[in-house]
Amino acid sequence: MITYILSLVFAVVWVAVTGSATLHNLIFGFALSTLALWIVRGEMNARGYWRRFGRILSLLALFFKELALSAWKVAVLVVSPRMDLKPGIFAFPLTVTRDFEITLLANLITLTPGTLSVDVSADRRTLFVHAIDCSDVEATKRDIAEGFERKIIEAFR
Amino acid sequence: MIDGFLALLTAFLVLSGAGFALAAAIGLNRLPDLYTRMHAASKAGTVGSGLLLLAVGVHAGDLPTFARALAGFFFFVLTAPISAHLLAMAAHRVGYPLHAESVRDEMKDYDKRI
Repeated sequence: MITYILSLVFAVVWVAVTGSATLHNLIFGFALSTLALWIVRGEMNARGYWRRFGRILSLLALFFKELALSAWKVAVLVVSPRMDLKPGIFAFPLTVTRDFEITLLANLITLTPGTLSVDVSADRRTLFVHAIDCSDVEATKRDIAEGFERKIIEAFR
Repeated sequence: MIDGFLALLTAFLVLSGAGFALAAAIGLNRLPDLYTRMHAASKAGTVGSGLLLLAVGVHAGDLPTFARALAGFFFFVLTAPISAHLLAMAAHRVGYPLHAESVRDEMKDYDKRI
């Protein structure tokens, strides 16, 4: 994670130094700083940077797919003449522990089909999720745990 | 050729974005309680405005505008779930009830403890 922030900071510095604030230049600066950080990877102890990069991209792809799907499902639901609702709130036991991972997971859950994060318990072990269709809670929990949560763990650990 | 394609793409993005925004509005009206309404607002609303922003970026045809439109979409994705989450949490804290058809509320006991 720290490597990405460093790369981004270096890219912004690159844009400022070259004096051309275009997207191309920012991407080029990012590539350049990634290369520079790769050269010093031994000192930085940041191997696995590229593997992790792939995993973050895969998380992003999954997210956009789920977002499109969820918007479509909500749209279909609200225009159907008889809305078939079984709403409810269930408790999801968290495996991720760091604040930033919980935040990411909660946001991803909100933007995926039929689920909305409501609150996280004070001890950070349970996430309360509102689902528009609570008929099969176990399946929903499994989907989250094996989908987003596992991908987050793979990408950021 | 490329102009025609871009015009088609823009038209498609504007229409589908408007369609999702409309679905979000209908959802806000039709769904029974705050929690289910937040589903419509956060998902269909985000995708609707995202597609419209993308349409602006594609139509403008220059990179800075496109980059800004993408940034707008990015911040929308970042903030929409948080506002939905805060509204739902606040509603639950003050005891706003779930719709009568709701099948379970595992958060009920948790709220009482704080």
